[in-house]
Amino acid sequence: MAAVAPPTEPQFPLPKVLTYPASTPPSLITQGAEGRVYKTTHLLASRPCALKYRPPKPYRHPILDARLTKARISSEAKVLERCWRDGVPVPAVYAMDPAAGWMMIEWIEGIPVRVGINGWLGERPEDGAETPKEDETPLVDLMKRIGTAVGALHRTGVVHGDLTTSNMMLRPRQGGQLENGCAGDEDRAKVVEGDVILIDFGLATQSMSDEDRAVDLYVLERAFASTHPRAERLFAVVLGSYKATFKKAPSVLIKLEDVRLRGRKRSMIG
Amino acid sequence: MDITKKKRRIALGCEGSANKLGIGVILHEGDDLSTSTSTVLSNIRHTFVSPPGTGFLPKDTAHHHRAFFVRLAKQALTTAGLHPSEIDCICYTRGPGMGGPLTSVAVAARTLALLWDKPLVGVNHCVGHIEMGRAITGADHPVVLYVSGGNTQVIAYAEQRYRIFGETLDIAVGNCLDRFARALQISNDPAPGYNIEQLAKEGGRVLLDLPYAVKGMDCSFSGILTRAEELAAQMKSGAGKGPDGEPFTGADLCFSLQETVFAMLVEITERAMAHVGSNQVLIVGGVGCNERLQKMMELMATDRGGSVYATDERFCIDNGIMIAHAGLLAYETGFRTPIEESTCTQRFRTDEVLVKWRK
Repeated sequence: MAAVAPPTEPQFPLPKVLTYPASTPPSLITQGAEGRVYKTTHLLASRPCALKYRPPKPYRHPILDARLTKARISSEAKVLERCWRDGVPVPAVYAMDPAAGWMMIEWIEGIPVRVGINGWLGERPEDGAETPKEDETPLVDLMKRIGTAVGALHRTGVVHGDLTTSNMMLRPRQGGQLENGCAGDEDRAKVVEGDVILIDFGLATQSMSDEDRAVDLYVLERAFASTHPRAERLFAVVLGSYKATFKKAPSVLIKLEDVRLRGRKRSMIG
Repeated sequence: MDITKKKRRIALGCEGSANKLGIGVILHEGDDLSTSTSTVLSNIRHTFVSPPGTGFLPKDTAHHHRAFFVRLAKQALTTAGLHPSEIDCICYTRGPGMGGPLTSVAVAARTLALLWDKPLVGVNHCVGHIEMGRAITGADHPVVLYVSGGNTQVIAYAEQRYRIFGETLDIAVGNCLDRFARALQISNDPAPGYNIEQLAKEGGRVLLDLPYAVKGMDCSFSGILTRAEELAAQMKSGAGKGPDGEPFTGADLCFSLQETVFAMLVEITERAMAHVGSNQVLIVGGVGCNERLQKMMELMATDRGGSVYATDERFCIDNGIMIAHAGLLAYETGFRTPIEESTCTQRFRTDEVLVKWRK
C-alpha cells in the first residue's frame, strides 16, 4: 500500500505537562487518529513512559470536544487499570489528567503487529500461485497469541472498541530466543515474534455482553480483511485460541455470526 | 473492434437508484488505458421532489423515472452532440438502491442496448461515486467517505477491492437528516440536507446534547434521530429548553445535529486514514455536498498534514455520468453484463466488485 508521506513533519505544540524539564526531551512517536503519543522521561529518568495526549480536535465543536476528551481519558485509564490488575497484557498506567487530555503509561518496546504481519507477508507469493506448503508456523503462532490476548481481555470484562492490528504491539522477548529454521529464514520469522500487548484503549468499555465482544471480534476480522487480505484466511486461528482462552467464547462466536450478517447491503444470497 | 485499441471510447450511463434520475455521457481518450483522460460530454439530471414532511416513495419515484427517462436520454445525446452509433456501451446502476426505481432504469437501459445494439454494463452505485470522485479530483489513493441518503461507508482500496472499513449499523446519515427535516417540515427542494445546512448557519448559540454513537469503526444514527425528533417535538410544544435555560430554535437543532453526526463521520474517517497510512480523503455522495462537513474534514486532514478532495453537486449528488465512467472503466477491462443477466438488486456491497482497472 503506497502511503504518501507528508512533505514535511508537522510540528505540533506540546501538551503543557511536557514543557516542564525532564532528563531527555519528549519525542513524538505517532499521531494516531485519537491523539498523539510521546515518549518521555518526565516521571523518572530511568523509566521511559508513553504520554498519550488527546489534543483538542479543531473540527469538533468545543463543548462536544471537551466532553468527549475528558470522558475518553478517564475511561481509558479505568479500563487499563482493570486489565492490568487481571493480568491482561496491557501497558500500566502511571499518571493522568483527564481535563487536560493526557495520561502517562508504561512504554512498550517493539513494533505494531500490523507491521510484523505485513513484513512477513511482504515477499510471499499471491494466494493463487501457492507454492508447495510453505512453513507458516511463525505466523500461525502469532495468530494464536493474538487470540489469547483478546480472550484474556474479554474474560476480564473489557471490550476494546477498536481492535485492529495497529493497536497491538509485538514486544521482543527478553534474551530474544530464536527458533531454529532454515538458513536465512530467521529474519523473516523474527518479524512476527514476541509478546502481544494490547494498546490504545481509547474506545474501550467495561462490558460483559456477548454483543459487544462479538463486535470487537468483528472489527478485528474486518481490519484483517482490509489490512492483510492475504492473512484473512488465518483469522480462524485467532478465533480458535480465543475460544481456548475464554470460557464464554462459544456464545460470543454465535453472536459474531449475527454481527457479520448485520452490515448493510449484504448480499441476499445464503 | 477491440475496445482497448480504440482511441476514443464513449459510454452512456443511466442512474436511478433513489429519487434522482440521471443520464450522462462520458468520453475516455488515449491509447493507453492507464493514462487516458476522461471528458464529460453531458450530465443531465431530474429530481423527484416530494412535499415537505414526506419522503419519496418507491412507487412514485419509479413512476417519475419512467416518465422522464426518454426526455433525459434525448437531452443527454443532444448536449453531447452524439449519434447513438458513436456510443460504445450502455451502463446502468445494478444496485444498491430502491427496488422500484432501480428496475425502471434497468428496463430503460436494456431497451436502449437492444434498440441501438450496444453491450450493457451493470455498475455498482457506490463504485460509481468513488471512481467519479477520483477522476474529478485527481485523488490517487484516498480513503473514501461515502455519505448519502442510502449509504454511509468509509472505504479504502486494497488489492482490487474497495474495502469497507466502517459503515452505519442502521440508517444512513443522509436518511437521518432527511427524516429529521420531515420532523421540522423543512422543504425537500432542492434537498432536505441542503435546507438543514442553510438553517444550521443561523444556529450555534447552543449545542444541544445528542447521543454520540461511534461503535468500533462503525456509526449509528437511529438513536440520534429519535432524540432529535423528541427535541423537535419539545420545541413545538414550547417545552424545549437549551443548556442555557432559554428555548431553542429549529436552527439550533439543525446546528447541533450537523455538529454531532459530522463529528462522528470525521472521526471514523480519521481512524481509517491512520490505519491505512493515507493522508488523502475523498468525500463522495449527496451529503458530501455539505460545506460544513467538507470544512470539518478539511480541519481534520490539515491537522494530519493531508488534504481533502470533494466535488460539487454535479458529481456528489447521484448522476448518470458516474455510472457511465465506472461502467466504461469496467468495459475497457472486458467486463460485460449479458442481457439475460442484466438484473438489479437492492443489496450490492461495494466490496463485491472486482476492481480490475486498478493495480
